[in-house]
Amino acid sequence: MVEFQVIINGLIEGCIFAVIALSLTLIWGVMQIVNFSQGEYLMLSMYLTYVLWNFFGFDPLISLLVTVPVFFAFGYFTYKVLISRIIGASFFPQILTTFGLMIFLRYVAFNIFGPNFRRILNPIVEGRISVSGIYLDTAKLCTAIVAIIGFVALTWFMTKTKTGKALQTTAQDREVALSFGIDVEKMYALAWGISIALVAMAGTFISTFRYMDPSLGDAFLLLAFASVILGGTGSIAGALLGGVIIGLVENLFGFFVFPAYKIVMVYIIFILTLLLKPEGLIKE
Amino acid sequence: MFHKIQSHLHFLPKNWLTYLPFGCFLIFSLIFPLFFKGSFNRNVMIFIFLYTIMAEGWNILGGYAGQLSVGHVVFFGIGGYTNSLLLVNWGVTPWVGIFLGGTAAAGISALIGLPCFRLRGHFFALATIGLAEITRISCSHWKAIGGAIGITLPMEFNLYNFLWRGKLPYYYIFLAFTLTSILVVFIIDRSRMGLYLKALNQDQDAAESFGLNVFKYKMIAIVISTFITGIAGGLYAQYVQYIDPQSMFPFMISIEIIIVVLIGGRGTVLGPLLGAIIFVPLSEYTRTYLGGLAKGYDYIIIGLIVVILAIKRPEGLVGLRRS
Repeated sequence: MVEFQVIINGLIEGCIFAVIALSLTLIWGVMQIVNFSQGEYLMLSMYLTYVLWNFFGFDPLISLLVTVPVFFAFGYFTYKVLISRIIGASFFPQILTTFGLMIFLRYVAFNIFGPNFRRILNPIVEGRISVSGIYLDTAKLCTAIVAIIGFVALTWFMTKTKTGKALQTTAQDREVALSFGIDVEKMYALAWGISIALVAMAGTFISTFRYMDPSLGDAFLLLAFASVILGGTGSIAGALLGGVIIGLVENLFGFFVFPAYKIVMVYIIFILTLLLKPEGLIKE
Repeated sequence: MFHKIQSHLHFLPKNWLTYLPFGCFLIFSLIFPLFFKGSFNRNVMIFIFLYTIMAEGWNILGGYAGQLSVGHVVFFGIGGYTNSLLLVNWGVTPWVGIFLGGTAAAGISALIGLPCFRLRGHFFALATIGLAEITRISCSHWKAIGGAIGITLPMEFNLYNFLWRGKLPYYYIFLAFTLTSILVVFIIDRSRMGLYLKALNQDQDAAESFGLNVFKYKMIAIVISTFITGIAGGLYAQYVQYIDPQSMFPFMISIEIIIVVLIGGRGTVLGPLLGAIIFVPLSEYTRTYLGGLAKGYDYIIIGLIVVILAIKRPEGLVGLRRS
């Protein structure tokens, strides 16, 4: 029974990593930019949820209506103001820009909120439910469900809508997209908007069960990178698969083998994937 | 007008202007302690030296060879740990231990380079991050090397232990190491190897098609680069006299090294020095004058500078603009 419990925990955590991986892979796939500041948007969305709870008494579930649109706009304008200037640039300036953005956003949060841990108390999704002997953390379960909804919605958007198809064309070949009359700049900005909105959605839910501090982005960002690489860069299904595998490895290894080294195991798999199968499990 | 001035200075070497900044730096550094007696300002200078050493080291691999290592803190940490463990457990003098630390860092980097140099661009960068995290977490749980508690160096202040109460001995020793690291990069820059590394940075496929053994030169670059970074780790450990995984392996140091080089200009001798001269005082003085550690203004300003520089002057302040 305990094995089953560990697997369920791994699946749930995996879905949470997966949705952050999805947001990363969207930007990576569409415009070949590796965004090191993604974790900071997650952190900021958690703080926004905290502020809404602390000053207005909004439950995170209600805050979702605020955080997702606000962060969509945030991502959209990040592209317009900043990223659009480095689209044609070489590798080093691109990396440097996202590093700079990462440091800037982190320390703005640090400046406002300080280094102390903060956490939201008594959210609606709290406690645990028991299904035939398996205990599920309600907050984590809801986060995982929302993550899955995010995946389904994005897949539907990319394959069924006109804008989504245009986005895919842009990802595959910028020149072809231009010749079809697709507004590539708008597509890039849209990809940033959607990506950051996804991360904010995850962040809003994560804030129901995890305390926050300005440097929490690192932990999630690196695991999300591992998920992206494992699944295959630019692939939506790959992000889900990668995230779930990472979640399972972390929980199974941590429970049965060596809890202190569970993250090390994740990184070993990450590096082995890079070396042995750099295209990932699912190739786009 | 410029040529007119130059014609009056014919007794100087032909490209004396290139050496001018280094000369100014040397003279300024030598006489600085005469005018600044306080430990705060000397501390800032010592950190400029330390960052210059680390940045010159990273510059060989990341600047000249163009391989973005985001895990250089690993080699800094290995250097620091090797030196401290040798001193605490076997009484090996840091005068030797620091170089053994550099050697250990270089040896491990060769083992890392062997498989990882197949990767390019983002993928190499991500692999180095993964390796850095593995090392940091492993060291935090490894009891034999102090675990999360760390190692405190013996408080016997003498030449053998490389430990002093004041800052002045550290100041001049760090300066000597800084000048040596600049000299090493200068020699590489002017040698045939520097040329090969620059070719590799510009276009790996083209360099390979001209018959350059790309792998060999990447390996040479990483070994020299991490040797210097490892030495910096040992020096840092001796200076702060206490090390733990949180201070020797933070992800942020990897990023700071890169930022220092890119501010000045990667693939140049002067760039890392200039970057450190800008970065360290900026962070130390804004921290002091704008309300201490808990405000983070230093990093907000650094973040802004990095972003603006990446967009407006991606080659760094002294780097060459590429067409």
